[in-house]
Amino acid sequence: MQNKSTRALYLIPYSAWIILFVIAPIALVVYYSLFDIHGDFTFANYRAFFSSVYLELTLSSFWYAFLITLFSLLIAYPTAYFLTKTKHKQLWLLLIIIPSWINLLLKTYAFIGIFGQYGPINAFFTAIGIGSTQLLFTDFSFIFVSVYIFIPFMILPIFNAIDRLNPALIDASRDLGASPWTTFRRVILPLTMNGVKSGIQVTFIPALSLFMITRLIAGNKVITLGTAIEQQFLVTQNWGMGSTIAVFLILFMFVIMLFTGQKEKGGASDGKTK
Amino acid sequence: MTQQPIIRFDNVSKRYNEQTSVLNNISFEMERGKFYTLLGPSGCGKTTILRLIAGFIEPSSGEIQFNGKKINDTPPNERQVNTVFQDYALFPHLNVFENVAFGLRIKKIKQADVKRRVEEALRFVNLQGYENREISEMSGGQRQRVAIARAIVNDPEIILLDEPLSALDLKLRTEMQYELRELQQRLGKTFIFVTHDQEEALAMSDEIFVMNAGEIVQSGTPIDIYDEPINRFVADFIGESNIVDGVMIRDHLVRFAGREFECVDAGLDPNEKIEVVIRPEDLEITSPDRGKLVVTVDTQLFRGVHYELSTYDKDGNEWLVHSTKKAQVGDEIGLDFDPEAIHVMRLNESEEDFDRRLESYEVPDHAE
Repeated sequence: MQNKSTRALYLIPYSAWIILFVIAPIALVVYYSLFDIHGDFTFANYRAFFSSVYLELTLSSFWYAFLITLFSLLIAYPTAYFLTKTKHKQLWLLLIIIPSWINLLLKTYAFIGIFGQYGPINAFFTAIGIGSTQLLFTDFSFIFVSVYIFIPFMILPIFNAIDRLNPALIDASRDLGASPWTTFRRVILPLTMNGVKSGIQVTFIPALSLFMITRLIAGNKVITLGTAIEQQFLVTQNWGMGSTIAVFLILFMFVIMLFTGQKEKGGASDGKTK
Repeated sequence: MTQQPIIRFDNVSKRYNEQTSVLNNISFEMERGKFYTLLGPSGCGKTTILRLIAGFIEPSSGEIQFNGKKINDTPPNERQVNTVFQDYALFPHLNVFENVAFGLRIKKIKQADVKRRVEEALRFVNLQGYENREISEMSGGQRQRVAIARAIVNDPEIILLDEPLSALDLKLRTEMQYELRELQQRLGKTFIFVTHDQEEALAMSDEIFVMNAGEIVQSGTPIDIYDEPINRFVADFIGESNIVDGVMIRDHLVRFAGREFECVDAGLDPNEKIEVVIRPEDLEITSPDRGKLVVTVDTQLFRGVHYELSTYDKDGNEWLVHSTKKAQVGDEIGLDFDPEAIHVMRLNESEEDFDRRLESYEVPDHAE
């Protein structure tokens, strides 16, 4: 009996957290989404979301999140693979992780300086004769900075997955006649897929609701759902519409979670048979 | 004997850096269709030889030939060799059928043929009906069989086995020894088996290569190696043995433990310092007045099939005796043995010299 009551005691911080910071905010967001700018009950916000303006916004949000995730993955997978082969892999990994400890805002501001009209990149362009180019407030700079921010989060789960892979499986595949590429396709990639999925999760979902990087690097354009929410709450003061977008954002997140969820096949996800 | 060897190592060395050499100038040949065992303590280089044949590593120097062709730089996927790995290395994301079919799928073999061959291979290892099982649902012994099926299904020239029985319990291990030996004889393939277990090696092999510190110390049939160990290391490693220092007085006469004994060895220098091996089961308990050696029983253990006695002679040499007869601890007993039971080992004799000396005096019927 005593055991049961202590267990209930341990449950308090968790339940308090979940109720206060997960359930209550979501409930509030849903609640606010049902009121228009004058405080009258309405479903108009939901109707408005399905107008071309917001659908386009959603599409562009997904498109940018997709590009950011894709480039992060393309850079992170080979990097993670290479890292597992190095001698002091934990050290090299740490060097990649360290920048992610620095405040996101600081790093973003640093890029304003780097990409700016008088920044080092434009100075270099001028020196080699290309001339000063507009870098800030472009799609390129937005995606570049976002990828830079997300790469450590993509590398970490993939690194762990590759690191746990039993090297004998690669030998076995080669032994059975597979070329290095076939081995990658049929053994390494399927067995590290869980790491890739985790990486996609921690990149794609936050990328969907980016607004700060968008503001600072991509300029005053409303191109993602994140910026749209910010706009509705802070500029237009239309909390109802802002909440509605947030509701959809939460729904999208659940759908993505479902798609990238971990399938436990046979329980031996790390590829060790022992 | 005109057949060319399937595997030939010609002065092969493997070094990982300047200091550490794993294999030192190894040369040997292996014939087609035989069961070979590489036997030695861990770190002796036996797995390195296996990995060189499989192609996972390249030799630092020397030449490896397969069917007379140099294969130093051939990648593993282009070698007609398949491996049964120590921890089986089965693919956890594939079921039993797809694990076995892996090699065939890579060769783009037709689905109908894949199905037929996989089923045949699984029948060979007594696993029919397990096609759709996940690897995680299989026991250690079953995984072992899947790993063997995955290797034999590709019809390779050589099957390499890297301590495949070490993870199994004793009873299963003994069972698998029979099965592997039988499998090899049914398939008629060359098996190269790596182990540190001398019993496994003796039970299964046509030929054993005893290895130590990156070198092949002795090679031969299990009986040759057991009966005529070349030196203290082999004698000690293969089975239990009593090893004492002695002097070869002249041909067929040796002195050790304070007495002279008749023996079958010859061809040594007069008064040469040697070591003598007598296997514990060659020593027979008798009364002190009739024994060639008189010893005192120190301890006695019941081992099931025999008693194991640890005894000491007056010079303090330990004599291990395996006997079905019992003795009393503290008693003085006599030990009797035949002249054939005495094996004389020269100090630092090379394998070539050893073989030549043995051939010079061995009577034909003694050579099994």
